[in-house]
Amino acid sequence: MTHQKVKEIIIEIISNIAPDEDLSDIKSHVPLRDQLDLDSMDFLDIVMELRKRHNIEVPEADYPRLASLDSCAEYLSPKFASNF
Amino acid sequence: MNKTEGEHFDVVVIGAGMSGLAAGIRLALFGKKVLLLERHNVIGGLNSFYSINGRKYDVGLHAMTNYAPGVKSGSLNKIFRQLRIGAEEFKLRPQRQSRIVFNGCSLGFSNDIDLLKTEIGEKFPLQVDAFCNLCEVVDSEFRVILPGGWDVSALEILPQYISDPFLIKILLLPLLYYGSSQENDISWNQFVVLFKSIFLEGLARPCEGIRLILRILKDRYKSLGGVRRMKCGVRQIRTRGDGVDSLVLDDGSVITADHVISSIGYPETLRLCLDRSGVELEENVGKLSFVETITVMKGEPRALGWEETIIFFNDTAHLEYRCPDGLVSTNSGVICIPNNYDYGDLEGLEEGYLRITALASYDLWSSLNEEEYREQKEIAFNKLQGKALEYLPFVDSGYFKEITLACDMFTPRTIARYTGRLGGAVYGAIHKNFTGETHLKNLYICGTDQGFLGVTGSMMSGIAMANKHVLARFE
Repeated sequence: MTHQKVKEIIIEIISNIAPDEDLSDIKSHVPLRDQLDLDSMDFLDIVMELRKRHNIEVPEADYPRLASLDSCAEYLSPKFASNF
Repeated sequence: MNKTEGEHFDVVVIGAGMSGLAAGIRLALFGKKVLLLERHNVIGGLNSFYSINGRKYDVGLHAMTNYAPGVKSGSLNKIFRQLRIGAEEFKLRPQRQSRIVFNGCSLGFSNDIDLLKTEIGEKFPLQVDAFCNLCEVVDSEFRVILPGGWDVSALEILPQYISDPFLIKILLLPLLYYGSSQENDISWNQFVVLFKSIFLEGLARPCEGIRLILRILKDRYKSLGGVRRMKCGVRQIRTRGDGVDSLVLDDGSVITADHVISSIGYPETLRLCLDRSGVELEENVGKLSFVETITVMKGEPRALGWEETIIFFNDTAHLEYRCPDGLVSTNSGVICIPNNYDYGDLEGLEEGYLRITALASYDLWSSLNEEEYREQKEIAFNKLQGKALEYLPFVDSGYFKEITLACDMFTPRTIARYTGRLGGAVYGAIHKNFTGETHLKNLYICGTDQGFLGVTGSMMSGIAMANKHVLARFE
């Protein structure tokens, strides 16, 4: 799966979790928590939604890898690939 | 009613109050097979509802805390996100203005902290800077609740910030009543949470009362595939080794679950487990219970000059938040006028309501026979009402009787009967179980005894415990 597609998936998940956030101008390289009001509960939900919708497991030790859209794409791309 | 004999669930949630419903929603949201059990025939627990003569009443609701509209990091907004509920669905309307009256000294407060700062500036000018500093400390401590703060009393820490002991008592009064499970005391963490929730984030009321909230929660839960059984409590928790083996329900049927989350109270839950001794349970049972009177009146209370939302009162120079020696003590209490929230046109209550809360002795109320109980209720009702009229702008008591349409009242006995709380302890056990863990590895506590209480707090508790103990654990 391409990095772009992964980013789109993450944005989609965030839009469901935090519908009141403005996602139109997210910068890929900046940590999500610096651009949006997301806390650890929201990040848990991102992880849970990845599991629920895409059957992807993110162990707790890897949570920091989801810090920005770029790092999400890098980390999750291979995980999506291994699902096919 | 279906028998669930032999059925297995991912999670059983005991108690369909605020925290149980919230926990159930979180679990169902992520595909867990959940069973939510409620012994009563109505949901809501400590914040339930009922009707008399076609008139609807809320059991416990004076106000919801943590209003802070538009503040994304606010606790209520976190709850809305976690439960996937729109912020507007609860139809919360902010308080107008409230007041604390302590031994004749009155401090007004509203959802704007500047009002309280101004009042303190007028009456305790030397403490203003200290108070502003305390607000900042609470703000930062609220973000990270440290475990040690549950075991240290706020009374020990506050003098480090506020040097006037009288002001400390005034600030404590609303927090104790909204609420502390300890007599004239509160843990530092509880102080931080309640100070933030009441003073910094503010009070509001759902304009349709608690029913709307409960309906939204129960519908959400159901739409996610959650199963709920009413008039079905848990009689016994059977254990094997260090875990829950099975649950015996009131009707005798036996079910199993990977996890059990109980919202009925910590001592109440332990009592269901055969392997716990009685002594430690009794020591932790809360000693604080209440009577509350509800008077329905013709017309808006504002027409009588009653403008305020809530009045916390304490007659003497000492904090009077303790189990009374007699049936009831009106040395302190809470007066709440649910009409005095900022409702829009066509919203709000059709009639006027006056709610008065005072501390009451569960032991003494429980010892009365039926006739004595009825007599004492009437006496207590008049005592509370008389006291409230002292604190409200003057109304002739005869006239007030004329415009009174209906009255109701509950006592510690009512509370214990409908919620199963030992001692009718509305604010639960003396020592909170903040981690939610018990001696059994798959039995957890949520709700009042986990440490977050009130409508907002207990929803947060259910969410937090479901997240922490079930969802975030990857099996």
